[in-house]
Amino acid sequence: MTHDTTHDTTRDATRDATKGAAAEERTALVELEDVSKYYGNVRALEGVSLEVRPGKITCVLGDNGAGKSTLIKIIAGLHQHDAGTFRIEGEECRPASPREALDRGIATVYQDLAVVPLMPVWRNFFLGSEPRKGVGPFKRMDVDFMRRTTRTELLRLGIDLRDVDQPIGTLSGGERQCVAIARAVYFGAKVLVLDEPTAALGVKQSGIVLKYVAAARDAGLGVVFITHNPHHAYLVGDRFTLLKRGTMVGRHTREEISLDELTRQMAGGDELDDLREELDNRAS
Amino acid sequence: MTTTTPAERPETTADGARADERLLKTSPLKKLLGRPELGSVVGAVAVFLFFAIVADHFLRAASLSTVLYASSTIGIMAVPVALLMIGGEFDLSAGVLVTSSALISSMFSYQMTANIWVGVGVSLLVTLAIGAFNGFVLTRTKLPSFIVTLGTFLMLTGLNLGLTKMISGTVSTKSISDMDGFESAKAVFASTITLGGVDFKITILWWLALVAVASWILLRTRAGNWIFAVGGNESAARAVGVPLYRTKIGLYMGVALGAWISGQHLLFSFDVVQSGEGVGNELIYIIAAVIGGCLITGGYGSAIGSAVGALIFGMTSKGIVFAQWNPDWFKFFLGAMLLLATLLNTWVRKRAEATT
Repeated sequence: MTHDTTHDTTRDATRDATKGAAAEERTALVELEDVSKYYGNVRALEGVSLEVRPGKITCVLGDNGAGKSTLIKIIAGLHQHDAGTFRIEGEECRPASPREALDRGIATVYQDLAVVPLMPVWRNFFLGSEPRKGVGPFKRMDVDFMRRTTRTELLRLGIDLRDVDQPIGTLSGGERQCVAIARAVYFGAKVLVLDEPTAALGVKQSGIVLKYVAAARDAGLGVVFITHNPHHAYLVGDRFTLLKRGTMVGRHTREEISLDELTRQMAGGDELDDLREELDNRAS
Repeated sequence: MTTTTPAERPETTADGARADERLLKTSPLKKLLGRPELGSVVGAVAVFLFFAIVADHFLRAASLSTVLYASSTIGIMAVPVALLMIGGEFDLSAGVLVTSSALISSMFSYQMTANIWVGVGVSLLVTLAIGAFNGFVLTRTKLPSFIVTLGTFLMLTGLNLGLTKMISGTVSTKSISDMDGFESAKAVFASTITLGGVDFKITILWWLALVAVASWILLRTRAGNWIFAVGGNESAARAVGVPLYRTKIGLYMGVALGAWISGQHLLFSFDVVQSGEGVGNELIYIIAAVIGGCLITGGYGSAIGSAVGALIFGMTSKGIVFAQWNPDWFKFFLGAMLLLATLLNTWVRKRAEATT
């Protein structure tokens, strides 16, 4: 704990130091300790630990098949862990459904975003939780409020939409990702789980999304950022959990590890050296 | 900054004003092109002008009233069928369900020698139950709606004929015009209103009312949002907590409600009902909805569009008669219109959705 506090104040002078320190004093929003998950005789995840604190970004890195999606599914309430402890705000639990996880403040933004392409942005923003006014048969959606709120909420994250009435399908992948994040923030999420938000995006779009991830963090949310791109992770991450073939191969705070080392571990470390040697031999 | 409750959010009015300024830049033409019913309105105007020139009597008030009547009988069903299509499903049983509804009403009253309104009420309950059955089987079995409602379509066709023969001994129902409540029921479902010397059928009012209610539901209520969502992206809708089953069952019950209104109109205008009627009408409703801009894959469309689609139907069917052509050509016109309307809609939507 003390370790983390010093790191926070020294690392980023522009960040509000007192806010960071206050956040550190509270218990972790989500804490996984030695969590394992088996599908029959397949070991999908074993002994993984993770900690998410308010105003911090925890990155989960791993190659395909490393167990990232299993980890998300446990946190999101789609699957239940078989061993270890899963605490939400210090309380041990095992959410039985996405709804239950959501009610406890964990919002998950999946890669294939839950949006309806042909519907306007504002209708998508409030889908499933539409605010209403009026009584009896004249109960109706508060359209003005919905439009206005969508615009202001997106502006808060710095997304400047031409028109909230445009179908969400006309937005770029990055923008859609951001709308999904803004929606989660607005509906009171304390923890934001992002499943490879930059995977399908170009360099510029990825930058935009990372900016909003940082904005969500600055709004005091705890963020779980799942990615296989160490560069993206290192740009915003405070903690890093590395997965490989279902097990945890490393858990670092930001100042314990450099980008080069992170990239090396992520890329397979020694395996990469072997590969380089092999390729060099072939070339010569 | 750490609060995340909606109520505590400050309203940034300055930003709102700035956004409004930007909104003026989007051209009104593009806004208009974005409307789902635009293509059908253009088509309706073209069909109107065509028959106004070709058919001598087309522009007379009496003729227009006839056109509106023909349109309304299709339109009453096209509205709920359009809503269902926006919700991503079909109902092939809609045509025969109208006949079923009329048969139940007539035969129940006749056999029980009850007041006509008792039969009408029982018919409403049974028709809604059939609609709910469609929705229930669809959502539970997850079979395509094409198959589920094709099944109900065939079953209802058989039931209509079989039960009517069994109960009445013939393929049509007995006359009920001398029974209690017939006159008042006829006033509600099949009367004629004279306005400025021109006779208008009451179905036109039913039609307009249904269009108004359906538009309000679609555009202003939570249910409307859900209808667009389940048709546009079912899994996304489920992921954000939209009650998928409830929405779809509700849509099928909406179609049943339309079938009940149409069925009662059929019964009280003709007194007797032929049990074999209604087959093939389901396609007419679907075509009206598609001409009106409903996307066949769901998630897009409008109630007003379906009304315009029904109007095109009414104008074409009656226009051909006024032009004294062989009515055999009606189907040809219809097919051509369907193709043109769908092409136009696709083109319009692409233009409207293109980012600039």
